[in-house]
Amino acid sequence: MSTATRPGARNKEPVGIVGVGQTKHVAARRDVSIAGLVREAAVRALEDAALGWADIDAVVIGKAPDFFEGVMMPELYLADALGAVGKPMLRVHTAGSVGGSTALVAADLVAARLHRTVLTLAFEKQSESNAMWGLSLPVPFQQPLLAGAGGFFAPHVRAYMHRTSAPDHIGALVAYKDRRNALRNPYAHLHEEGLTLEKVRSSPMLWDPIRYSETCPSSDGACAMVLTDRAGAARAPRPPAWVHGGAMRSEPTLFAGKDAVSPRAGTDCAADVYRQAGVADPRREIDVVEMYVPFSWYEPMWLENLGFAEEGEGWRMTESGATGPGGELPVNPSGGVLSTNPIGASGMLRFAEAALQVRGAAGAHQVPGARRALGHAYGGGSQFFAMWLVGDRPPTT
Amino acid sequence: MNAAPAHGTLSAPLVVEFPFTRSLGPVQSAFLTGLRERTVLGVRTADGRTLVPPAEYDPDTAAELRDLVEVGRTGTVTTWAWNSAPRRGQPLRHPFAWALVRLDGADTALLHALDVPGGPAQVRTGMRVRIRWAEERSGAITDIACFEPAADAADDSTRPAARPHSGAFADPVHGIVAEARLDYTYTPGRAQTRYLEALARHRTLGERCPGCRKVYVPPRGACPTCGVPTAEQVEVGPAGTVTTFCVVNIKAKGLDIEVPYVYAHIALDGAGLALHGRIAGIPYDQVRMGLRVEPVWTEGGRHPDHYRPTGEPDAAPETYQELL
Amino acid sequence: MTIRNGLPEVAVVAFAQTAHVRAADDLSEVEMLLPVLREVLERTGLSAGAVDFTCSGSCDYLAGRAFSFTMALDGVGAWPPISESHVEADGAWALHEAWVKLLTGRAETALVYAYGKSSAGDLPAVLTRQLDPYYLAPLWPDSVSLAALQTRALLDAGGTDERELAGIAARSRNAAEANPYAQLTGSPSADALLESDHLVGPLRLHDVPPVSDGAAALVLAAGDTARRLCGTGRRPAWIRGMDHRIEAHSLGVRDLTDSPSTRLAAERAGLFDPQAPPPDVAELHTPFTAQEVVLRKALRLGPGTAVNPSGGPLAANPVMAAGLIRIGEAAERVACGEARRAVAHATSGPCLQHNLVAVLESDAAADGPGSHGAEEERG
Repeated sequence: MSTATRPGARNKEPVGIVGVGQTKHVAARRDVSIAGLVREAAVRALEDAALGWADIDAVVIGKAPDFFEGVMMPELYLADALGAVGKPMLRVHTAGSVGGSTALVAADLVAARLHRTVLTLAFEKQSESNAMWGLSLPVPFQQPLLAGAGGFFAPHVRAYMHRTSAPDHIGALVAYKDRRNALRNPYAHLHEEGLTLEKVRSSPMLWDPIRYSETCPSSDGACAMVLTDRAGAARAPRPPAWVHGGAMRSEPTLFAGKDAVSPRAGTDCAADVYRQAGVADPRREIDVVEMYVPFSWYEPMWLENLGFAEEGEGWRMTESGATGPGGELPVNPSGGVLSTNPIGASGMLRFAEAALQVRGAAGAHQVPGARRALGHAYGGGSQFFAMWLVGDRPPTT
Repeated sequence: MNAAPAHGTLSAPLVVEFPFTRSLGPVQSAFLTGLRERTVLGVRTADGRTLVPPAEYDPDTAAELRDLVEVGRTGTVTTWAWNSAPRRGQPLRHPFAWALVRLDGADTALLHALDVPGGPAQVRTGMRVRIRWAEERSGAITDIACFEPAADAADDSTRPAARPHSGAFADPVHGIVAEARLDYTYTPGRAQTRYLEALARHRTLGERCPGCRKVYVPPRGACPTCGVPTAEQVEVGPAGTVTTFCVVNIKAKGLDIEVPYVYAHIALDGAGLALHGRIAGIPYDQVRMGLRVEPVWTEGGRHPDHYRPTGEPDAAPETYQELL
Repeated sequence: MTIRNGLPEVAVVAFAQTAHVRAADDLSEVEMLLPVLREVLERTGLSAGAVDFTCSGSCDYLAGRAFSFTMALDGVGAWPPISESHVEADGAWALHEAWVKLLTGRAETALVYAYGKSSAGDLPAVLTRQLDPYYLAPLWPDSVSLAALQTRALLDAGGTDERELAGIAARSRNAAEANPYAQLTGSPSADALLESDHLVGPLRLHDVPPVSDGAAALVLAAGDTARRLCGTGRRPAWIRGMDHRIEAHSLGVRDLTDSPSTRLAAERAGLFDPQAPPPDVAELHTPFTAQEVVLRKALRLGPGTAVNPSGGPLAANPVMAAGLIRIGEAAERVACGEARRAVAHATSGPCLQHNLVAVLESDAAADGPGSHGAEEERG
């Protein structure tokens, strides 16, 4: 047996994204079953890749808690609809980051050369129940959460504002920008044609400092991607996106010393991805970011956490318009989570939108000339992170 | 919610219950509406098989299936099991057989209950059964009350074949409401039991990690950063410092608290991290980071009802920055 | 490292499990899990931070709480932050995810764990929630009844008889007497078992697994790292191949007497490699006796293979960990030299819908006695 070669020395197979599909996201898709919803995204991804069900070697699916739809391990029931019968089917669940983690698990199957072409999907059909019910099942003995989901995050936003002396209006700028961006994305849930910055600023204050217009909606939706190896990408009818780096990082839910404003797991995860992709200066070298911003203030917070802005300077970057359309670093040209939030799919939508950008396939919300894009997802108590960096060229290392 | 004396740790019932609203899609909508009208529909695959109940997608090819057919209401048991002690939610209250039944004209079998008053001795694979319809039908799988034995000795050749059906009915059902209740026993474990027992005496006991020496409140059984058990109990509080907060202006479901109110993170003195609580006894717009607070208990409350200002000067930022 | 079958070498180097019990109701999930995490880390000399990748399997529906896995992470000590993932499935699938991560070369070591407190809810009722939500779940067909339908189908087809099933139950629980972690140990004779009444006919009590609470953890490592970590006197249990396949969901479209997905997964995992000897040991995830008959056929197991020497799920069935435990038990037989080749199986879903097969080997099984000796010198 050879002992000279370390595993890391074995080249991974480059992973290309050759198909992307998503549903039109809405509050309630009453015309389809759960299978019908997921299937719709899958069919669009296959059509984009010009592949059929028989071309898929394995299926990797993710979603947030099963209680949302009241179906335990729904992948078992979905196997038939997703052409998975006779194939490997894996289910990932990493809380809100799950859409991103799911795509990374699928990418590994190709990178390891275990499978050549993998279908990956994520979904949530929130209208089957009520997300707040699913998120706040009463647990005996525990003090009930005294506020809704926004109330969970609002104190962290206040801590950020306090720490950076950010002015109050930054959150409204993000919400206005993302909702305007959504008008150029036909799949986005919220299309608020008449929205003005003033309307955002005067919307009801729900969990001070978070206003109504700065919160994400509750959506039914699904997202799917087809990932493949070099040979598969060469056959694809449209340009692939290539995975240049991908990573997951987790830290505990609650612990002494946790920085809920800028969690180290997020910083470490981004640093790992940049290292893999050979990115030294993310702000200059990355053209567009799809980041998971469920409440508007998370844009400046993540800009700092991901290394796009110096500590305390994220809000200045947002305020300057750098993250808007035509800005130096467009963030969430799709409209982001603030405009579309099928929880389990929200992370994969970030990954998929990043891929669409470098494929030049983002339509009306295309960032001209985007060559490198970051997709970002997070979940739990700001503790689970998943990211990938995709490019328009195959990775060189 | 009582202590279970056998082993001294707490346990309590936990009921998870929700009426899920399920939209059906065209095939399932037609099938369930059909049941309401005492019509059983299947779906035809490209290779000519008839699937009953109708699948939306072919299990073999993944092809979308839309070609509906009507099949018989009588069929043949392909396998069965005798359920002598029916559970909550199951189709019949008295002992019955679960059976997979291949209806006449179908190539696959449907799972349902089979009512055989004579008991398991009267059931066999291959027996002929027919649908007993529920008296009140709404467009759900339970519109079939169950199967019952059929005195039908006809051989295969005389049985009706599947015949095309448009799937169209007046007033189709597009959704079902699926009530689901599961009963659990929640057991919070040793560390939380220790914490809760002390809390009942209005004392807050954290637990110190033997590795990093941080004090966890409430303790969860392990130091999450070191991955080792915590055991050394340390009393913290009762007073603490507001590290951050938000003002809640909308009522949360199931919470009977007048808005606006302040939801805050509170680092009890001596604790390594903040817990959460409501601040009262001060106008909501005067709550601030660094405010010193103490718990207020109500009769019978397991947790402090809220926290109120102690009147001490605010804590200096450097004393709680690490806890923010 | 050697690349065999086109895949780099990855081995199970440590395995630990709890003593499984009917109800670990004095422990939270993390309190139940923590000792096995410490045990595998201590045995390999690794800290959580030194492990390259961590992956777990568990299920919210068992616990009755959303995001239940986030609190279990407390037991790992995920600080500084770790590369980590979770599957909402049996830990065997978490192991598959971790194995793939090692195959990419992005990690050399992985910690895999799984836990389940099946006692928290009414398990047969809880498992109805994993059925088709439109046609099946509203009828609440419990898992024992579904297994009874499968057993009847096998009996009707002449694939087994009640006496053989009682024999499987007796053999499993008698074997469990040698397993300190088992919950049910020892059994009356098959004849005596057959005198009992049916529970859900054709199943009798002995055909059904216990309700168990438990946890398990194992460490995977690649190449020379595996040799270094597995400890003096123990051998790495090399994962020769691993694959999983799913079948159609509806029982009415499947042949319940067969398991084509197991057969295909076994083929892809290299179990039927004509060059290799039959496995010495098979650890099969068979909560119900008849499922052993179905799987023996699908895996082409002959009399030379000892099936479930641990007692299998009929002796302890902590849901979400029971499949991972099969892999751990099989690996232990290889690690201690009792088996040179072992097969492990895990299942998910009603009536064996989804099946995973892993083939584990000692160095000796693959390379012959000569090279095996060389490996021992190095260790």
